[in-house]
Amino acid sequence: MYGRNWSFRITWFRILLIISVLIAAAASLYRFIYGLGAVTNLNDQWPWGLWIGFDLLCGIALAGGGFSTALVVHVLHRDKYLPIARAALLTSLLGYIISLASLLLDIGRWFNFWRPFFYWGFHSVLFEVFWCISIYTTIQVLEFGDIFFEKVKCPSLKKILGYMITPLLILGIVLPTLHQSSLGSLFIVAVDKLYPLWWSMLLPFFFVWSAFFLGPAMVTIEGTIASRAYGRDPELPVFQSMTRITTWMMIIYFIIKMIDLNYRGVFGMAFNGSHESNMFLIEMIVFVLLPIFMYAIPSIRNKLWGVVTASVLVVVGVVFNRMNVVFTGMARSVGGSYFPSAWEFLITLGMWSFLALAYLFIVENFAILPKEGHAHSNSTATYGTHFPA
Amino acid sequence: MSNGVLVDISKCIGCRSCQTACRTWNDLPVKTSQNTNQWDVPVELDADTWTRVSCYLAGEGNERRWRFVKRQCMHCNEPACESACFTHSFLKTEEGPVIYKPTELNKDYCVGCRYCMIACPFNVPKFQYEKTFPYVQKCRFCYDRLLENERPACITACPTGALKYGDRQTLLAEARQRINSNSNYVKHIYGEKEYGGTSWMYISDVPFEQLGFKTSVSEKSIPSYTWQALKWTPYIFAGWGAMLTAMRFFTKPKEEGHNEAEMYAPVDPKE
Ligand code: SF4
Ligand code: SF4
Repeated sequence: MYGRNWSFRITWFRILLIISVLIAAAASLYRFIYGLGAVTNLNDQWPWGLWIGFDLLCGIALAGGGFSTALVVHVLHRDKYLPIARAALLTSLLGYIISLASLLLDIGRWFNFWRPFFYWGFHSVLFEVFWCISIYTTIQVLEFGDIFFEKVKCPSLKKILGYMITPLLILGIVLPTLHQSSLGSLFIVAVDKLYPLWWSMLLPFFFVWSAFFLGPAMVTIEGTIASRAYGRDPELPVFQSMTRITTWMMIIYFIIKMIDLNYRGVFGMAFNGSHESNMFLIEMIVFVLLPIFMYAIPSIRNKLWGVVTASVLVVVGVVFNRMNVVFTGMARSVGGSYFPSAWEFLITLGMWSFLALAYLFIVENFAILPKEGHAHSNSTATYGTHFPA
Repeated sequence: MSNGVLVDISKCIGCRSCQTACRTWNDLPVKTSQNTNQWDVPVELDADTWTRVSCYLAGEGNERRWRFVKRQCMHCNEPACESACFTHSFLKTEEGPVIYKPTELNKDYCVGCRYCMIACPFNVPKFQYEKTFPYVQKCRFCYDRLLENERPACITACPTGALKYGDRQTLLAEARQRINSNSNYVKHIYGEKEYGGTSWMYISDVPFEQLGFKTSVSEKSIPSYTWQALKWTPYIFAGWGAMLTAMRFFTKPKEEGHNEAEMYAPVDPKE
């Protein structure tokens, strides 16, 4: 259809990414052979560190763009959002692959990773998380297959996928809803351990809700970077109209958070001056209230920088929230100390570099981004500021 | 019959025979690097230390005194570790012990995710970080000895009777009788109700807060919290799925608006 074969342009930036992936691969190999103690700073007080706290929890939250876009585009049929649908699916799929990879890295007895499929500890939240993530990743691969077979011609397979698309889409929203919330439920178990500003029976709700409203913000950032990198026009109108979804969802999030704190009688703790309360206030004011206002004010929302800055705040805010749940909120009750080792950082860096490379390769070889109907008028003028993608 | 142990902190002299007996019976290595001048060594439970005695200078003014507290897995009646494990590698046995890798069948199902460590309210399970293929480690209440009608190793080693092994209900009655007949005791049996009750229980003559115990904790078991959230799963699955399907067909436009394949194209990086 496109009369073009596989291509992958090599730039210095990409070579850096590739080196980073190779280092991470070597370090992972070392970890698989010599164990967690040899590579990480994890300890008995801090069984979960960077890989679970950041790569897994945040990777999956960031992949939230996939299911919120799927809901808006394929279930509610809001066609004006179609231009971003495929890009959202792609980032989400890559995010899940990263999460699964970090899970595999992190579990001590990694060759046993398949056990939970056959031995059912169904009273465990982790059981639900594990099943949902693995099935949902498979579903995303199948959904992506639909795009894949546009290029790699295989009409019979594409036809089969075509029949399956509705159930796949529905499952592809139900499963992430379930496990995004159960990622929150994971920490319900930490009664009396997780600081009361974060521990709540509503954790599952907060997690799934924030993963959902983060979706449009993530798509905005990703779309902006992609348009910068490839010298295209950003889908500004799409980004702007998406902010309505985010704004309302964040307002509801904030209100329910406040009601929940009051109901549990811990509202005062937010102002008790402790490290936890300060982190909580930053989370609420800088990463929830501020973006709500930025989205609400038309003169900010209607500019690219405004929409992008607010979206960055939303995304960083969700990451910040997850970090608070995993680290800040737990520190007091578990004692000890943890700071990721250089290897943990390098492996994390390698995984995200892989994500970037995979994204670039797929976008350049498959039909992911919308066709450009119009030539980029001032491309020569702005070319110098493009990211060296 | 569910067994338990009653620890009378007022009777413990801090000899650490129990600690040694545990190491010996379970073949747990000692790290010589841990020989410091500190009294309580090792400072925390670890993969090779399933029980340890910690010391506290407790009480006020002239009443200040040393107290020693043996720590190990509490063997909860409804253990958080069991409910948290997605391969069901923990099991609360009828006899009372909570054991890891319970049966011959699932002795190698643990994947080493360490969620049990997050879940345990007493921070008991520990991990063999230095091993390539680590296991979780913790006190197993000498389940092997219990099955042979032997008392746990630590109990047999205790010279002062600070540790008493027996049927949990009988022990509870005895504990109640002891704290009520002697005004020195704090009127609380730690482990009677904490997190739904534990097989190991403590009575003391100094307040528990001063001995490093987590006090005023939930009396509901931790699995019951988790279950409150988990039980909704099938309903959300079915309900949300049905709703989405309905919405998809309801909002479907009459004629196919877009041919998706025509909409997108690969990016040409050479642009
Ligand atoms: S104390 Fe911790 S490890 Fe022991 S049974 Fe209770 S939850 Fe499990
Ligand atoms: S053996 Fe008995 S007296 Fe000695 S430390 Fe243990 S409980 Fe205390």
